[in-house]
Amino acid sequence: MQHFTPSGLSLPSPSRRTLLRGIGGAAVLGAGVPLLSACGGSGTASDPKTVTLGSKASDPVPKKAFADIYAAYKKKSGITVDVNTKDSNTFQEQINSYLQGTPDDVFTWFAGYRMQFFAAKGLATPIDDVWKTIGGNFPEAMHKLSKGEDGKYYFVPLYTYPWAIFYRKSVFKEKGYEVPTKWDDFVALCKQMKKDGLVPIAFGDKDAWPALGTFDQINFRQNGYDFHVELMAGKASWTDAKVRKAFDTWAEILPYHQEGAVGRTWQDAAQTLAAKKAGMYLLGTFVAQQFTNKADLDDLDFFAFPEIDPAYGQDTVEAPTDGFMMSKSPKNKAEAVKLLQYLGTSDAEGIYLKSDPSVVHASTKADTSSYTPLQKKAYDMIAGAKSLTQFMDRDSRPDFTSTVMQPALQKFIRDPKGVDSLLASIERQKKTIFASG
Amino acid sequence: MTTETTKETPEAAAVPPSGAAPAKKVPQGHRRLLTRRDRLTLGLMAGLPTILHIALVWVTALASIALAFTTWDGIGFDSIQWVGLQNFKELFEQNPQFWPAVQHNVIWFVVLIVIPTPLGLFLAVQLDKNIRFSRVYQTAFFLPVVMSMAVIGFVWQLIYNPDTGLINSIIGANEPGKYIDWIGDPDLNLWAILVAASWRHAGYMMILYLAGLKGVDPSLREASALDGASEWQTFKNVIFPTLRPTNTVVLVVTIIEALRAFDLVFVFNKGAEGTELLSILVTNNIIGESSRIGYGSAIAVVLLLISLVVIIPYLVATFRKERRA
Repeated sequence: MQHFTPSGLSLPSPSRRTLLRGIGGAAVLGAGVPLLSACGGSGTASDPKTVTLGSKASDPVPKKAFADIYAAYKKKSGITVDVNTKDSNTFQEQINSYLQGTPDDVFTWFAGYRMQFFAAKGLATPIDDVWKTIGGNFPEAMHKLSKGEDGKYYFVPLYTYPWAIFYRKSVFKEKGYEVPTKWDDFVALCKQMKKDGLVPIAFGDKDAWPALGTFDQINFRQNGYDFHVELMAGKASWTDAKVRKAFDTWAEILPYHQEGAVGRTWQDAAQTLAAKKAGMYLLGTFVAQQFTNKADLDDLDFFAFPEIDPAYGQDTVEAPTDGFMMSKSPKNKAEAVKLLQYLGTSDAEGIYLKSDPSVVHASTKADTSSYTPLQKKAYDMIAGAKSLTQFMDRDSRPDFTSTVMQPALQKFIRDPKGVDSLLASIERQKKTIFASG
Repeated sequence: MTTETTKETPEAAAVPPSGAAPAKKVPQGHRRLLTRRDRLTLGLMAGLPTILHIALVWVTALASIALAFTTWDGIGFDSIQWVGLQNFKELFEQNPQFWPAVQHNVIWFVVLIVIPTPLGLFLAVQLDKNIRFSRVYQTAFFLPVVMSMAVIGFVWQLIYNPDTGLINSIIGANEPGKYIDWIGDPDLNLWAILVAASWRHAGYMMILYLAGLKGVDPSLREASALDGASEWQTFKNVIFPTLRPTNTVVLVVTIIEALRAFDLVFVFNKGAEGTELLSILVTNNIIGESSRIGYGSAIAVVLLLISLVVIIPYLVATFRKERRA
């Protein structure tokens, strides 16, 4: 343990002093959380020809797709986009301190509550001037998604993807199954599949978020979009009879879900669909990433979650949307605005989709001629939706969904009988979380 | 290391006056023994670590104790609000994961003490006999200790994966009806993880005990052999009592392992039902986009209090012993 290195003695005094000052500063800041902000932000001085951009796109496919957009923009405008890419999980975890420190001018983020939260905290710049130019490119639902609680725009959507029930065309054809649009047909299909020796619904909730998606679908089909939004915003009560009914509906199909879901990742669950051991799978279109074989991928199809209450039909589509925001005090605001205007065009979206075909354009002006049949269907589904939801952890407080809802739904999946005490516990915890900050 | 630096230096600096030679060269006496440069160096060597220690250990610890009585989302200091004991009340009365987490930390400790520790001692005793290939065995058992907990988590997931894992594939438990969900079933998953943790801990204990055994005076063994003691008698009455200091270290290390248990579980299933741990609850509440720093700090304070309950008696006992010596 004893390493007496002489190097410590030969430190030049100025650096010693700055070091001390730095430590003093850190001590004053206390909690240590603000220290993290040092990780974010690139130290480049304001250069009129450069816009800095913080990106969470660290996976190779999206990373390249984004880089292509910025390269095209440089060609077009002569402005360099200086990208600062971080691992996507790290980016999400540190977003708080990142935005409070010295963030890049523009950063990648999600639509919905997650965007509104930072807008309301004053950590983003309203971009109404950007929307004056790009507004015509987007459908009404996207306008709604891009506004903060104060009615100003804060977000430029780039791409989106729907959640739906996926199945293999060949399996349905071989067994003579029909795509169900009504709840009773769906339950009957589950029964039939079980009889035929299939796992009716593939399911993997090891990462705790896939179950949130199932709840979303059942809740807005059963209780409607407005109630779903109220519930997510912490206004409606989790002990409401409507919520209880949604859980009862879920319990009805739970026996047809794949056994042992809490120990399985969504990737493994997708493999059971790919292997034709499971009949259906409720997930986002990214499930296609698990179909590495071209023939299997061509065999993949999906349908919208069936209608439960005819009053709401199938009018709501869960379609998480990713895009860009502007940080609170960008160094190069004029160019950042221009960049966002470009990112809101169908050209920019088209470049992205060329490298990442698992998603669809957020814009309605986009060229859809190169879409795969799956993409076309996804696009039509979103375009035809009356309301779009984002996904529970984007539509509600992330601290509530991650610390309360994720464990609660895992518990429900295992033990659907204990739903009453579970809902009471959710409601109690929700009250304290939504009461704070 | 830092505390040692501060302890050692004054002694090192005080060595020269005891010799005869410097007295001649430095007639001014003791006052001038330390030049300005020396004093600056000493000041820095003692000061820098002190400041670092205070800033990174004490200030942060005290800050999180203070934050435990607030709500704070981590955005701007003006959003900190005092809520008194509200966080603790919520934690004890409403959080469905809190009491299981406390319980699991305790189970973690008990299991580590009861299973891998005796196993490590057993292995150490066997290896200490200088059997053939002893180095090979030693390496094999110690290898898990060298690996990071995260890697161990990944390796054991391959074994426990309910669909494609080694165990279920061999015993055919990945079919409907006979399904065993090692990772998701709350009655199983903690024990599954503890097997992985014990696998590593046994190697760790083995090395500690091996070091202890190497320090046992060989003449003790000879003496007991001459007295005609059997191997078990020698171990029980002669060797084991001399391992007392090692046992203390083992106990402390195991308590620390139980309290800081985190990485393995986090990789395994992120502390889902059945494997909740205090450290994971702290992390889940503090790290994230909109964090509950006050609430997370309250959990951290509970963890700190539990640590103190364990550490204070140990320190008291150690100091008492030192004073007696």
